[in-house]
Amino acid sequence: MLLTDGSESSIKSFLKTLSPVDQVGAEARAAMLATRSIKTSSKLWAIDTAISMIDLTTLEGADTPGKVKALCTKAVRPDPTDNSVPHVGAVCVYNDMVKIAREHLDNNGGKEIPVAAVSTAFPSGRASLDVKKQDTEDAIANGATEIDMVIDRGAFLSGNLGKVFTEIVCIKEICGDRAHLKVILETGELVTYDNVRRASFLAMAAGADFIKTSTGKVSPAATAPVVLVMLEAVRDYFQMTGQRIGVKPAGGIRTTKDAIKQLVLVNETAGPEWLDPNLFRIGASALLNDLLMQRMKMKNGQYSGRNYVTLD
Amino acid sequence: MRLDVRKTYKLFIGGAFPRSESGRSYELLDAKGNFLANPALASRKDLRDAVVAARNASEKWATASAFNRSQILYRVAEVMEGRREQFAAEIMAQEGLTKAQSLKQVDEAIDLWVWYAGWCDKISTIYGSTNPVSGSFYNFTTPEPLGVVAVFISENKSLTDVVHGIAPVLAGGNVVIAIAAEDYPLSAITLAEVIATSDVPAGTVNILTGKSAELAPWVASHMDIDGVDGSGLDAANYEALKREGADNLKRIQRFKSVENPQRVLSFMEHKTVWHPIGI
Repeated sequence: MLLTDGSESSIKSFLKTLSPVDQVGAEARAAMLATRSIKTSSKLWAIDTAISMIDLTTLEGADTPGKVKALCTKAVRPDPTDNSVPHVGAVCVYNDMVKIAREHLDNNGGKEIPVAAVSTAFPSGRASLDVKKQDTEDAIANGATEIDMVIDRGAFLSGNLGKVFTEIVCIKEICGDRAHLKVILETGELVTYDNVRRASFLAMAAGADFIKTSTGKVSPAATAPVVLVMLEAVRDYFQMTGQRIGVKPAGGIRTTKDAIKQLVLVNETAGPEWLDPNLFRIGASALLNDLLMQRMKMKNGQYSGRNYVTLD
Repeated sequence: MRLDVRKTYKLFIGGAFPRSESGRSYELLDAKGNFLANPALASRKDLRDAVVAARNASEKWATASAFNRSQILYRVAEVMEGRREQFAAEIMAQEGLTKAQSLKQVDEAIDLWVWYAGWCDKISTIYGSTNPVSGSFYNFTTPEPLGVVAVFISENKSLTDVVHGIAPVLAGGNVVIAIAAEDYPLSAITLAEVIATSDVPAGTVNILTGKSAELAPWVASHMDIDGVDGSGLDAANYEALKREGADNLKRIQRFKSVENPQRVLSFMEHKTVWHPIGI
């Protein structure tokens, strides 16, 4: 391990070297970047890029196999009337739906679309490590190639950083090279930007392939300043280690405007290398319909309506 | 001495009063040619926002009981009554009528609003039917709301025509995007202030001011608008509207400014239900 040996004291002393976040500055910069106007061909490119970065998500207690299958069909061909629309980045479901999603994707021309599973007692993370390990093992055995794990926010907030670190390391070991690990920080519960920055570095040092803002179950979720702080963290981590870690904002990104603002943030903060589905994903469900409606408007010149896209 | 507190006439979208997204406004002259106000000049993007607001409000208004809708519309008439002087002053300025003529038009407009409000819970009684069928079924036909209706307000009487445009569409359970007559926007926006304070859910009525010829092609091609009242368009624009609106089979109509339940019925769809007898 490059930055820490995993002991509580080494983690704490490493995180102490991080400079605090300038809250006013971060919010002002995020707001300034949100005013960029992206039009015509750039907008069309941004829409297609955003579609290819979506982790099309359904995480409801009421999910059924039918709903998951419908979601997978949509992931492969987001707009059935236009085959120039790219497929989405991944399908994100609960553990028990992984197998259904994987099979349906394989049988419907979506072999290259990965299935992401939310594991480790999502969304609260309140379970023993053994249960979390088993949860992860299950998901991978069923065909998940991306694991979205939650950190133990209670432990993080009470200063028990070694526990958070160890959990991530354990889950990463299980993932190995079978699955990508996305670590959900649940920034809405971390209270301060300083905590977001610390949690980001903690997760990256522990072996995360992606850091993800939120579960989508807590508000506020992926606000622009939080995403900015996380993008700065991956940029700094790249400068320290030469390793590129991905970022996934999730929750509250519902409109094309929101998505394009995220892309601007990525480009201006981490850099254009991150404008790639391997390094940037957007966790969303309703967003896809808005992107498709905007795309129709750009292609046909007439405003579309929600009757012309599939229901979620 | 007091400073003048002048009113900015803005748009009415989703229950709020925004300026035009484009930042534009136009100079409105009174009947004598003097400066009257700078109402907002709505752009296609204001129309787009209004459609989104209307669509979001559509289900709530369409599924409210007919009786409830009529009570809410009657409430609008009550609040209009309290603004008689303001309505009259704006009619005088816009149309150049006398005070007495203006007040008469206000009374006429309020009475007309009440008349349309009454249609909410009568339209399906009068225009619905029980159909005889050869089988053991009840068979009902009832008029149901169409959805989002855009209304180009006609330009004969500044306030009465706004009521003719908006009230019947609301009475049928539809949500409205009204495009005010270019020369008479003040009456429409003041009516918006009345609507905003009378229990009409936000987004149910949206009012744009500006040039109807500029907005008409965007209304025609918008796939999320279900019906258009083109009363306020000239013949050429109305023909173009009918042509370009065919893409999503919009229902496009125009009317004379007279009381007529057909104005309610025109933006309703007849639905037929079969129900077995004895269950």
